[in-house]
Amino acid sequence: MGKKNREGAVGGKAVNNVINVLLALGCLTILFPLYMTVIIAFKKPSEMTNDVAGALAFPSNWNFDNFIEAMKVTDFWRSLGNSLLLTGVTVIICILLHSLAGYVIGRKMARHKFFKASYFYIVSGMFVPFAVLMMPLVKQTSQIGLANRAGVILLYVVFFMPMNILLYAGYLKNIPIALEEAACVDGANVWQTYWKIIFPNMKPMHATVAVLTAMSTWNDVMTPLVIMSGSDVNTLPLAQLNFQSQFGTNYNLAFASYLLALLPIMIFYIICQKQIINGVVNGAVK
Amino acid sequence: MGDKGKRDKAWTKNDKIFLGMLIPVLILFFCFNTLPLLKGFYYGLTNYRGYGDYDFVGLRNFADLFTDLRVGKSYLFTFKYAVVMTIAVNVISLILALGLNRQIRGKSALRGIYFVPNILGGLVVGYIFSFIFTYILPAVGEATGIGFLQNSMLASSKTAWIAIVIVGAWQGIAMNTIIYISGLQTVPEEVYEAGMIDGVSGWKKFWTLTFPLILPFFTINLVLCMKNALMVFDQIMSLTKGGPSQSTESISYLIYNNGMSGGQFGFQSANAFVFFLVIVIISFLQMKFLGGKEEQL
Repeated sequence: MGKKNREGAVGGKAVNNVINVLLALGCLTILFPLYMTVIIAFKKPSEMTNDVAGALAFPSNWNFDNFIEAMKVTDFWRSLGNSLLLTGVTVIICILLHSLAGYVIGRKMARHKFFKASYFYIVSGMFVPFAVLMMPLVKQTSQIGLANRAGVILLYVVFFMPMNILLYAGYLKNIPIALEEAACVDGANVWQTYWKIIFPNMKPMHATVAVLTAMSTWNDVMTPLVIMSGSDVNTLPLAQLNFQSQFGTNYNLAFASYLLALLPIMIFYIICQKQIINGVVNGAVK
Repeated sequence: MGDKGKRDKAWTKNDKIFLGMLIPVLILFFCFNTLPLLKGFYYGLTNYRGYGDYDFVGLRNFADLFTDLRVGKSYLFTFKYAVVMTIAVNVISLILALGLNRQIRGKSALRGIYFVPNILGGLVVGYIFSFIFTYILPAVGEATGIGFLQNSMLASSKTAWIAIVIVGAWQGIAMNTIIYISGLQTVPEEVYEAGMIDGVSGWKKFWTLTFPLILPFFTINLVLCMKNALMVFDQIMSLTKGGPSQSTESISYLIYNNGMSGGQFGFQSANAFVFFLVIVIISFLQMKFLGGKEEQL
């Protein structure tokens, strides 16, 4: 899967310096906003003059006062905890449930129209934006007592289902049916065959699904915003929205908070960069 | 795909077990995807304000959508945004991908950096760029004497949408570039070798050899980018809140703003349902048009 043409495989060609320099310069458009965020987050409000240097020059001393203050104002640890909880539980349920559903549909699609129809039914859900379902879902979840974190997780599980089932059902083509038949001959039932044979064999796709699901969940604002509105449960991005008025014109405090909100996923990206990029690529290459 | 019915065999015990596992998933999906969609249509037929009693008003909401100025403006803005975004993002990311796929120094580091915007949340990125548009760019304009930079882009209803395109593109390019790179890697080296023997190079090489082969990736990117752009919400929330003078209200933002707290629950439900139909039609057209082109290869 997508691992054949790695760096250097093109081989033999000279390094193109012009392109190299241009690409490096282009990186500045990515790095500049991040640099600015770090700089402003460390400064005192009194250091923010009205010219460019006011925002971009190094602070006179690097201290963490803004961060400590921001953590207090936005209730950072609780927001972080909520974000981790929502993302973690969603990813786990998605992997367990969607892989099974993808397997069930993928294996029987060619045999029975019903499975094929189910596949198209669920996958077509990809074209239903959350904004369309938002209002009825707010009513529905509050009526059945799910206007909370559990409800948000449930909605994520349903919302990511089309994409994930598409991925799992597609990946199934790489797993020879002979594996299952062999297990069946050995006397394993469907359930055992699935968890012992298929589930472990879908490992690369689990990684892809985990990455895609985790990133969408972690960065999502709209779902928790409308479903848990009125409660004081914040996710990390949601806290940035809800505490805007508290930041006021103290941009240093605000940027310290933004940086704190970006930090977890940045760390995650630095550690798992290969897996994340491969995840996205595999998801698309499929 | 003409495998209609012919392959349907009798239901074995194994089939039934699979069916038993599928049914709960289908029910779950129906309850939280299809049902709210149908309910949305139902609410669209009422004058519900989000609370209290309501009456049926027939298709009046749907008819009113077409004469409502604010709804019309939001559709115009959203389409303008989506089209400009899709073109800009795809052109830039294709160029970036071609560069990043070459034999270059620090390839993985560069790829790693270019992908960063994709992992960051749109809301916080919007807040950061909001500062750039409101303070940094005007300060740069002041220092260099470049007139059009001196006022914040976000303050004028003529330029605010461009600011949102810039932020959206900053994030969207990362994703599309990675997909184009993976597309370029599927092009076998022999194709280029064969092209070289035929004396094809440069621009012509790209159009006649590379592009047709990565057309499926072009399709994916076009559909994904357009879909994301049509649903733009986070950036609006953090950059403009729909302003100035409602010039940057996206459809999603209008549904959220007026439907959830503006007392237009019924009316915006109708809007949401029409929005859904629009998305389906656009996706269908894209796939029909682009899918048809692919088959000719």
